[in-house]
Amino acid sequence: MPFLEIEGLIFNYEDMHMRFDLAVEAGECVGIVGPSGAGKSTLLSLIGGFEKPLAGTIRVGGEDITRLPPAERPVTTLFQDFNLFPHLSVAENVGLGRNPGLKLDAADQEQVAWSLRQVGLDGFEARLPGQLSGGERQRVALARSLIRHRPLLLLDEPFAALGPALRVEMLELTDLLRKAQGLTVLLVTHDPNEAARIATRTAFIAEGEVALFGTTDEVLRSDNAAVREYLGR
Amino acid sequence: MTLPRLGLFLAALIAAAIVADYATLLWGATAADLRDLTTDAYLRRVIGFTFLQATLSAVIALAAAIPASRALARQSDFPGRNLILQFCALPMVMPAVAAIFGIVAIYGRSGYLAELAGSFGSGWRPSIYGLTGILIAHVFFNLPLAIRLLLPAWSTVPAETWRLTAQLGMSSRQIFRLIELPLLRQYVPAALVFIFILCFLSFAVVLTLGGGPRATTLEVAIYQALRLDVDLARGGALALLQTVACLAMVAIAWITSRRLDFGRGTRLIGARFDGMTAGARMRDFATIALAMGFVSLPVAALVFDGLRGLLFAQQNLPNLLDACAVTLALGLPSGVIATSLGYPIAVASDRLRGSKPAVMLIGVAGLAGVIASPMAVGAGITLAFTGRVDLFAIAPVGVIAMNALLTLPFAVGVLRPAVARNHAQYDRLCAGLGIAGWDRFHVVDWPMLRPALGLALGLTSAASMGDLAAIALFGNQDLTNLTLLLYNQISAYRMDSASGTALVLLALCLATFALIERGIGGRRRSLALS
Repeated sequence: MPFLEIEGLIFNYEDMHMRFDLAVEAGECVGIVGPSGAGKSTLLSLIGGFEKPLAGTIRVGGEDITRLPPAERPVTTLFQDFNLFPHLSVAENVGLGRNPGLKLDAADQEQVAWSLRQVGLDGFEARLPGQLSGGERQRVALARSLIRHRPLLLLDEPFAALGPALRVEMLELTDLLRKAQGLTVLLVTHDPNEAARIATRTAFIAEGEVALFGTTDEVLRSDNAAVREYLGR
Repeated sequence: MTLPRLGLFLAALIAAAIVADYATLLWGATAADLRDLTTDAYLRRVIGFTFLQATLSAVIALAAAIPASRALARQSDFPGRNLILQFCALPMVMPAVAAIFGIVAIYGRSGYLAELAGSFGSGWRPSIYGLTGILIAHVFFNLPLAIRLLLPAWSTVPAETWRLTAQLGMSSRQIFRLIELPLLRQYVPAALVFIFILCFLSFAVVLTLGGGPRATTLEVAIYQALRLDVDLARGGALALLQTVACLAMVAIAWITSRRLDFGRGTRLIGARFDGMTAGARMRDFATIALAMGFVSLPVAALVFDGLRGLLFAQQNLPNLLDACAVTLALGLPSGVIATSLGYPIAVASDRLRGSKPAVMLIGVAGLAGVIASPMAVGAGITLAFTGRVDLFAIAPVGVIAMNALLTLPFAVGVLRPAVARNHAQYDRLCAGLGIAGWDRFHVVDWPMLRPALGLALGLTSAASMGDLAAIALFGNQDLTNLTLLLYNQISAYRMDSASGTALVLLALCLATFALIERGIGGRRRSLALS
């Protein structure tokens, strides 16, 4: 049985009608590519619980999560930007993942320190987001994702604003954490190279549907007209 | 002379005029006059009461505006929301005396509230004159203003932040404590001070509802010194004290306000998750209904009584029509002057923002317009024109000039952002195409600035028409506009005639505002700022 199962998930946004079906195995990293406006981010929003589908089901580990509020889903989402509260310190931003009212006990503090070590930011606890680089801010957000201990990690173009070298570094860090923590990862990206680097399989989304789903290599080399147009081949 | 230079020159002129005005008023002040400020028991009470009522008014207005604006921000999409936001702009163009009539009609001794109590067999007679009435009126005017000042705070929060709060499972209370409170910290001090100053300088409300020496403020005391006692030195000393107090408040706001930048959000759909539960929606709508009820009751009473008064009560129609004509004849020129002065000053304040002295000078002129005592400005105008103390000789000119100066900050405030946006967006394009001078104004600036110019002229005209301070200082039996007529009727408890006058005044101000705003600004609706 697949770890993440999406069946007949229907959603309308303005004039666009979407219908998603997708099955992802536990521990996989799946890339999600496609032209802008095709519905990539909407798919992630539906899984994260930020949009309500008109019909269909989302199951994680066999459990139906379609109607659960975002915080109760076994899912954590990393956005492209604005993952941190600008007036809270790094430790507080991460600590929110343990307690949304920031009432942190010694064990929680220990967890915060642990997760910051995982992303290579130990010693950054007291800083404010404004004092960090873009890459460091996303590391803090990753640390909070870790501390929430949710098996499914959704990444919505999280490194798109970073330079090429930093982007590769962050992708590798993400992949490392996936293996170490046994996470299942969905990575929305507009850059096929990102998918090629860490995604074992890739879904190509076009016009509100999963048009193609297979190994990343297969999808990127496919003769499908939409894929060719998207890649400019 | 180029437009920015003209603007700078005008700003300098205004700053100099206000400084000279204070100097002249104080010229005759002796050490005894200044010492009176601290020793005279009556003055000490006036000063104390001025602070008390302004502080209470501002705190109550803000305390009510925080939950109300939070509810409006959280319920970002429901039918009628836009109407509510537009309604919140109404007190800005509503003449104070007309609103006071509505407030007395609801809360007065024989108002609807007393009538309601009576129908339950209670003989309760609310007493509105004094602190209670002043607070009700000030909250009526400033609650909607505070809502409009605070509401933009929420729109600075990106959609991702609300998603994050949902993902982290934050409760409504936790969101308030961890996100909204720090967010409000940067908006509340400035709003508090702004409203404090408005109430500190408030004239019509205190004159009408103060009801005697126990509840008198500095501004009314200045009016009494200038108009009734013709004691310029005392008026000047009081005005100076008032201005120093306002300056201190501005400084406090400056020091305590903090920038907090959430960054720019991507899109705002599915905005707030904590506001979607049935309980949250019910609480929010109850809060909105309560706030809007408080603001709309006096307006409803004013319209209802006004219609009844116009139809059935005996009206002195020629008097009313004369007063309408005087209102237009004094208000429209004020608006035109304020907007014509405001445009070059707005251009200057954007063009010359690189120059420290220019920024300072324009800042002083703008600040002076906001915190100078209207009464002191009025007295200064008389002195400038005649050189001697005669408040009646040049009455119409005095009213027009005083209102033009007092509404100038509105004009600059409305025009400045629009002018700045125009410059930022089209300067390089115009430079590239060689469009400059009159061509630039005619082809680029005028079409782009029409909505802002319409709003500025509409606001300044309506505000001048609804003002009581200038006409109370300069007016007389031969020069009575609607606000003065209404004030006289309310003071004489002739509520039947007052009701009609109040409605005519409100209708005239709103119609003038709407006609100018639409006529010049085109069809674009620019009153709803959010």
